[in-house]
Amino acid sequence: MIARLLAGAALAALTIGATGPANAQQGKLSGDMVKVGVLNDRSGLYADLGGEGSAVAARMAAEEFGNKILGKPIQIITADHQNKPDIGSNLARQWIDQDGVDVIVDVPNSGVALAVQEVTREKKTIFLMEGPATSRLTGDACSPTGFHWPYDTRALAVGTGQAIVKEGGDSWFFITADYAFGHQLEADTSAQVKKAGGKVVGSVKAPLNTADFSSFLLQAQASGAKIVGLANAGGDTITSIKQASEFGLTQSGQQKLAGLLIFLSDVHALGLQVAQDLVLTTGFYWDRNDETRAWSKKFFDRHGKMPTMVQAGSYSAVRHYLKAIEAAGTDDGPTVAAKMKEMPVNDMFAQNGSILPNGRMVHDMYLARVKKPSESKGPWDYYEILRTIPGKEAFATFEESGCKLPK
Amino acid sequence: MSLHSQSGGRASAKAPRTAARVSVPDKGLTPARIGALVVLAGLLAAPFLLYPVFLMKVLCFALFACAFNLLIGFGGLLSFGHAAFFGSAAYVTAHAVKVWGLPPELGILLGTAASAFLGLVFGGIAIRRQGIYFAMITLALSQMVFFLALQLPFTHGEDGIQGVPRGVLFGMFDLNNPMEMYYTVLAVFLIGFAIIWRAVHSPFGQVLKAIRENEPRAVSLGYRTDRYKLVAFVLSATLAGLAGGTKAIVFQLASLTDVTWQMSGEVVLMTLLGGMGTLSGPVIGAALVVTLENYLAATSLPVPVVIGCIFVVCVLVFRRGIAGEIQARLGKKH
Amino acid sequence: MMGTIFGIPPQALFGQLLLGLINGSFYALLSLGLAVIFGMLNVINFAHGALYMMGAFVSWLLLTKLGIGYWWALLLAPLIVGLFGVVLEKTLLSRLYKLDHLYGLLLTFGLALIVEGAFRHQYGVSGQPYPIPDALKGGQNLGFMFLPNYRGWVVVASLVVCLSTWIAIEKTKLGAYLRAATENPVLVQAFGINVPRMVTLTYAFGVALAGLAGVLAAPIYQVSPLMGSNLIIVVFAVVVIGGMGSILGAVLTGYGLGLLEGLTKVFYPEASNIVVFVIMAVVLMIKPAGLFGRER
Repeated sequence: MIARLLAGAALAALTIGATGPANAQQGKLSGDMVKVGVLNDRSGLYADLGGEGSAVAARMAAEEFGNKILGKPIQIITADHQNKPDIGSNLARQWIDQDGVDVIVDVPNSGVALAVQEVTREKKTIFLMEGPATSRLTGDACSPTGFHWPYDTRALAVGTGQAIVKEGGDSWFFITADYAFGHQLEADTSAQVKKAGGKVVGSVKAPLNTADFSSFLLQAQASGAKIVGLANAGGDTITSIKQASEFGLTQSGQQKLAGLLIFLSDVHALGLQVAQDLVLTTGFYWDRNDETRAWSKKFFDRHGKMPTMVQAGSYSAVRHYLKAIEAAGTDDGPTVAAKMKEMPVNDMFAQNGSILPNGRMVHDMYLARVKKPSESKGPWDYYEILRTIPGKEAFATFEESGCKLPK
Repeated sequence: MSLHSQSGGRASAKAPRTAARVSVPDKGLTPARIGALVVLAGLLAAPFLLYPVFLMKVLCFALFACAFNLLIGFGGLLSFGHAAFFGSAAYVTAHAVKVWGLPPELGILLGTAASAFLGLVFGGIAIRRQGIYFAMITLALSQMVFFLALQLPFTHGEDGIQGVPRGVLFGMFDLNNPMEMYYTVLAVFLIGFAIIWRAVHSPFGQVLKAIRENEPRAVSLGYRTDRYKLVAFVLSATLAGLAGGTKAIVFQLASLTDVTWQMSGEVVLMTLLGGMGTLSGPVIGAALVVTLENYLAATSLPVPVVIGCIFVVCVLVFRRGIAGEIQARLGKKH
Repeated sequence: MMGTIFGIPPQALFGQLLLGLINGSFYALLSLGLAVIFGMLNVINFAHGALYMMGAFVSWLLLTKLGIGYWWALLLAPLIVGLFGVVLEKTLLSRLYKLDHLYGLLLTFGLALIVEGAFRHQYGVSGQPYPIPDALKGGQNLGFMFLPNYRGWVVVASLVVCLSTWIAIEKTKLGAYLRAATENPVLVQAFGINVPRMVTLTYAFGVALAGLAGVLAAPIYQVSPLMGSNLIIVVFAVVVIGGMGSILGAVLTGYGLGLLEGLTKVFYPEASNIVVFVIMAVVLMIKPAGLFGRER
């Protein structure tokens, strides 16, 4: 019996022991500083396309303001959501409730982003999304304080999907990452393919982080479709492209691979020998003009890699957010969100970008082709830009998006 | 031989005391009651001192560990698949509340019922074997649930069921208020704990312990041991489901994490660390593990490695767990 | 096209069956190791998946840090993993033999967390590429599918290893000692055989098999810290279906279930992940000791 008493006391002591930090944080005004939380995959299959690079980009944006805003410091913290929606939403909740985080940045993996959007909507916290792809984030799952920056599934479908159908790839089979992002990318691309007169003969869902795509590739092969669309991203795209070449999928010449979401980091990992001639849609390419080259050079000096569109987008979004705070004179979520939507986005990432009421940042996208090894003039010289896709064509209008926010 | 070959002596030494308490209900403030009151007061005051979401997580896992402990600690059955019950209840509750628009109490009830049913099915299959076989079969069955959760349309795969509304309990308590949510979770935990306390101290619990210590003897005494084990299994699954359903409401989310085998392992650790076969042990273990994970998440130390090391140390030198160790020390003094 | 079989193009049917056989090769190798260990130590080695991963990582590290290629890794990685097994058995596992076997399961579970966590901490969860050795690059066009040479090699290698292990245990004198020691260690010890050393070596051999499977897997699945964590549960189910401790059962069930999974992928792909577990439940209801097991 005494044992139980002691055990109880131990529990009580333990509970009190955990008090410290929680208590200290309560009642503190977030206005003492602007706290930027970069939440992304820092160790997994999406770490290369965002990861620490997104934090570096956010820091570069803060440094442009001298790490101070309205006379108060800007602090940047990071965390790894491990691609798990529960971990992501718990971290976001804890950041906002306990640590006074004012804005959450990046969050690749659409599933995690959707979960975090639930939290930021409830807490009226600004959420700048660069990593996630699903167009639902500014569609049925939109939030007054959520902003979707470099790209989305609809823009990818418009760019890559239409371009491939035009070249004669009119029957499609999808290998789809089995979560929010993959489903939406498949749906958006299917819509564009059908619109352009093509047809979809089937699809197969592969779990996130699949090690062996062989049986899915075999299904794709058996389908007889001209185009095998890869509705996946990051490590999954790399693995599926490699294994497709191992199984001679494209050898017969009857089938072609179409990577629907390919980042610069993926091309870098695959190498030009394997990746050559892939057609892709991107919101940013470092070697596009003098401004992008200058910024990317600075980024490269700090991170050792050229920026992906996610990382460049993180810089652009954080910069725009800080400018809006300056203009609004407060870091209150809804006020800043309204200000952000009023102001045009003009930086090295976007020219005359505008933000729709649903948080979609509309800017030009680029259709690119991966160069052959012989065409590449040096390291990171990977893309040839085929066409500029005007923002209005790439992204859905507010009315089309299905977002229920007031205009 | 059972996991309790060590604690066997302790359990039998304790038995007369338990019996005495049952026959002569003592009145007034015993140390145990004072202890219980102190803990209760602490739990009631806790949300004013601590981050409520953290506390609610501790309580959900504490109930989960208590439910698991009912099976291993009092029935001698190591289930390595309890996440299946915890997680499926979370999914069913989340779906019922979000899609069917049920109030939270009905949602949790439905989730709990689903786990009870699943417990009956799993129990029916697994109870045929003992010891290590039982552990592996429950593990494999729970992995099947994992894959179902990954693929069934209503669970939404990797995304899980998100944005589950907390709703209004009994049409009176708005659970969006952290305090009202906290006291609801506390009430759920206390109810679950009371059920376990009652079960352990009932004749049913005594038979269960007898089976744990020596099953052939229990059979020869005329007990249909498989029945008892199955009832214990279903009860344990049900309460694990209660914890899982509640967690889904608290976090407004049901996800794959709750049905992985790593989660099954985590609840084993909580119970092992706190003390198998003690009532307070799993609670202590759950509080420690959740606190530790929270703390480690902010450092660069790899969580699984630390958890794994605790596991190994517990198995090698600390098999009684914290509460068990305290009891054993005090037991010697008496 | 050659027409269809049961409405399925033969290309898909044979292709998936062949892929199933390749997966089955890994199941067989891993469940063989588990069965050998369980037979002698009565321990279910939860760390088996982690050690399989370690085998793959060791060969990756040999290649990237020391420039030692695939063929040497095939020999060295199992040795290194086996040595690691010796250390584990001597320092940790051997303390638990007098206790309930469940403690062995719990201990190895903890070890699995440590090993996987450490590699994950060091290398992240995304896979590291391991190139296919030059001699096995390319593939054969079998008409119904294109079979990469390397995957064919995996099937052959796994068959050879499984067969020779089975022969060694069932037909040689050493194997006879081993089987005798499983039945009655005290008696065998009385004959002057060092049973504790035999136990250590058995464990080392079992985990070395896992390490070997890891090397074979590296060029196919990429080298990732989590590569063993879900595989191991399937292998557990394989062992339960085959009958715990039965060498032949483990091997045959491993290949059989691989093929069955392949078949499921043709007819009802959604169920391919759970078919093994469903079969386990059915087998347990009909024959609780497993297909090749004896009631103990």
